[in-house]
Amino acid sequence: MDAVKRYFRSPAAVIGLILLLLVIAMAVSAGFLYPRDPLALAGRPLVWPFSNPRFLLGTDNSGRDIAAQIFYGARISLLIGGVATMIAILIGILVGAFAGYYGGWVDNVLMRITEAFQTLPNFVLLLVLVAVFGSTLTTVTIAVGVVSWPAPARLTRAEFLSLRNREFVQAGKTLGMKDVQLILGEILPNALPPVIVYASVVMAVAILLESALAFLRLSDPNVASWGNLIGLGRDVLRVQWYVSAIPGIAILVTVLAVSLVGQGLNDALNPRLKSR
Amino acid sequence: MSETVLSLDGLTVRLPKGADRPHALSDVSLSVASNEILCVVGESGSGKSMMANAIMRLLPNEVTIERGRMMFDGRDLCAADPAAMREVRGAGIAMIFQEPMTALNPLRTIGDQIGEMFAIHTKLSKAEINARVQGLLEDVRIPDPKAAAKAYPHELSGGQRQRAMIAMALALDPKLLIADEPTTALDVTTQAQILKLIRDLQQRKKTAVLFITHDFGVVAEIADRVVVMQHGAIVEQGTADAVLNDPQHAYTKQLIAAVPPLTAPPPRILSGKDILTIDGVSKTYRTGGFLGRGARITEAVKNVSLRLPRGATLGIVGESGSGKSTLARCIVRLIDPDTGSIVLNGKDWAKLNRDEIRHETRHIQMVFQDPFASLNPRRKAAELVAQGPIVHGTDRATAMAEARKLFELVGLDPSAGDRYPHEFSGGQRQRIGLARALALKPDVLVADEPVSALDVSVQAQVLKLLAGLRQQLGLSIIFITHDLRVAAQICDLVAVMKDGAVVEQGLTAEVFGKPQHPYTQALLSAIPGGDFTRKRDALIA
Repeated sequence: MDAVKRYFRSPAAVIGLILLLLVIAMAVSAGFLYPRDPLALAGRPLVWPFSNPRFLLGTDNSGRDIAAQIFYGARISLLIGGVATMIAILIGILVGAFAGYYGGWVDNVLMRITEAFQTLPNFVLLLVLVAVFGSTLTTVTIAVGVVSWPAPARLTRAEFLSLRNREFVQAGKTLGMKDVQLILGEILPNALPPVIVYASVVMAVAILLESALAFLRLSDPNVASWGNLIGLGRDVLRVQWYVSAIPGIAILVTVLAVSLVGQGLNDALNPRLKSR
Repeated sequence: MSETVLSLDGLTVRLPKGADRPHALSDVSLSVASNEILCVVGESGSGKSMMANAIMRLLPNEVTIERGRMMFDGRDLCAADPAAMREVRGAGIAMIFQEPMTALNPLRTIGDQIGEMFAIHTKLSKAEINARVQGLLEDVRIPDPKAAAKAYPHELSGGQRQRAMIAMALALDPKLLIADEPTTALDVTTQAQILKLIRDLQQRKKTAVLFITHDFGVVAEIADRVVVMQHGAIVEQGTADAVLNDPQHAYTKQLIAAVPPLTAPPPRILSGKDILTIDGVSKTYRTGGFLGRGARITEAVKNVSLRLPRGATLGIVGESGSGKSTLARCIVRLIDPDTGSIVLNGKDWAKLNRDEIRHETRHIQMVFQDPFASLNPRRKAAELVAQGPIVHGTDRATAMAEARKLFELVGLDPSAGDRYPHEFSGGQRQRIGLARALALKPDVLVADEPVSALDVSVQAQVLKLLAGLRQQLGLSIIFITHDLRVAAQICDLVAVMKDGAVVEQGLTAEVFGKPQHPYTQALLSAIPGGDFTRKRDALIA
């Protein structure tokens, strides 16, 4: 409860939360506000924003409503951000927990694998995965998750390394707990706060990675995503710049909101760091 | 005649809102004269360290001096500006801290850090500074002062680091030395040496010393005058003689009574049957080195053989690094011993595999030293106690009901089970730890320094509880401690450990009454305030 109170004391964190709720509201309301398929042709191509009340944010180069795509795109961005983050955090916690708890050769093997992933640039690895497994929404989401786990893994491992020798863990051992009980029941709840905070970074990066893929026209072309819209706008970037700029702003706002919320969580969960 | 060096007059320090009391110090008046040692005694939270920080004007930002005066050298430190305070600190008033490892900069040599005092406050040349540093290190009797000046803090022992801190504090011949629990983190033999050193240097240099401690033994050892503090206020002050031998205030009486007696209580009749036999247990650590070259080998436990009669309490005493904690962890198999046997109820514990240990562990339980670290902060108290039975197959509802009964047994309110560990005091947490260990109804309890993190009065309560439970539940206890006074109070048998080996063992009264091994003799004579305690014990007897 204290953490909640501390969270709302920071204006930046509150602004972040409001922005994030706004994006979520867009995603939820997309179906009511724009009942038609957002990828269906709606009018003349390349209508400028605010020039036609029917298309508040204008239309893209094939005459599709930009506003509708932005609203539906919020769904895709949040979906990819959320699911990919969950995948990354889950793999990261598993790898980090086992490496940190057991140490020795388990740690060595798992950390060398983690390093192998870290030495490859995220995006290149993502391109390879999409090239091999195709670019449907599912594969893109899983691929983004799979390239993002090394950092949470290292973070979890560091927490486990410092927690595993605490007396309360030893006490659990003398009570006869199994390793799994110790890892999940005793150590993990204490190791979680920094990992949760880091999840916001992973989420922001996941949204950006998907947009970057879409910009290269390697994301799923059958869904209305912000990245796809930016990719389309590339062809008309010098004159009808708004086609790329509007989804760009949407991405900026979402990533900013997620980061602010993450920073707010960090300050709320680690109050001692904040007061310095 | 000695002159007053520092006088506090009605000093009141306000704590931020939401603290457990409005004032850290309320209306504190005292004075320290040159060439005297004033001991400030009190339990944790009494405000004694806050007073030291207030005098140095090193209070945290949200804590403010509300009123009062602190006269030092003809000026009021409450009103001094930061620049004036910088001149006073180090040169006029110096300070030594409890933990020399954290008070020294780990990246700079000892000589460098002592020399810094001269570099900041004087205009001496480099060569002169080096000569002075050498002189100081000789004064504090560090072995091999030349090498010590070039050493980094981690290369020295705890006692040597504290000597280096004292050298640094005394570098500029300050009028007042504030020592904040300077020997609490040290072993008893080292503590005796450091106390003697502080005494000697103080007498030679005619320094006024404000000595903060929680230990009446230390007070008896070095104090000229004593100030007793409780909840931020002074409850009694006077000469050491008067306060120790004729305490007036109830709180002082209580504190002095809580100092454990040195003589063992009358021996109990011990069972002829042993419940636990430890035979030839050794544990060796190997660190570093490649293919056996340059490896460091530490023999933590060397061929230890002990036996614990049913229902008895065996004390294992020794200084830090003597291997007593490693031995305790070998007994409960948190650490696997290299050789030897540990026979409990006819089963050799040293030979059991992981699964068997998990099952058998309910017969032998452990109580840990640090009541703050040994309880998972994210579990409620009742849950912590119920965990053991649940792991061993009791259903949750029964285990929780039993946990509440155990709360009563260890003297806690059963309704407190819904609270988290941080809502309890240190002594209460140790009771939770004890309840957790007892929840599995063990035959043997291994207690690793269970009271060393607690205040004396709380210590006495927990020891009394332990003695009562031992009787009530027929527990056999292995009691690890560095404090011989505590061991004397509760143990039927003691074993003295040094460098991993047991040097002497036997009935407590015999070992403490007629110590045979020179190390045991050294330990006993190093107990602070030993003479005072013995005199008091004789009076009571």
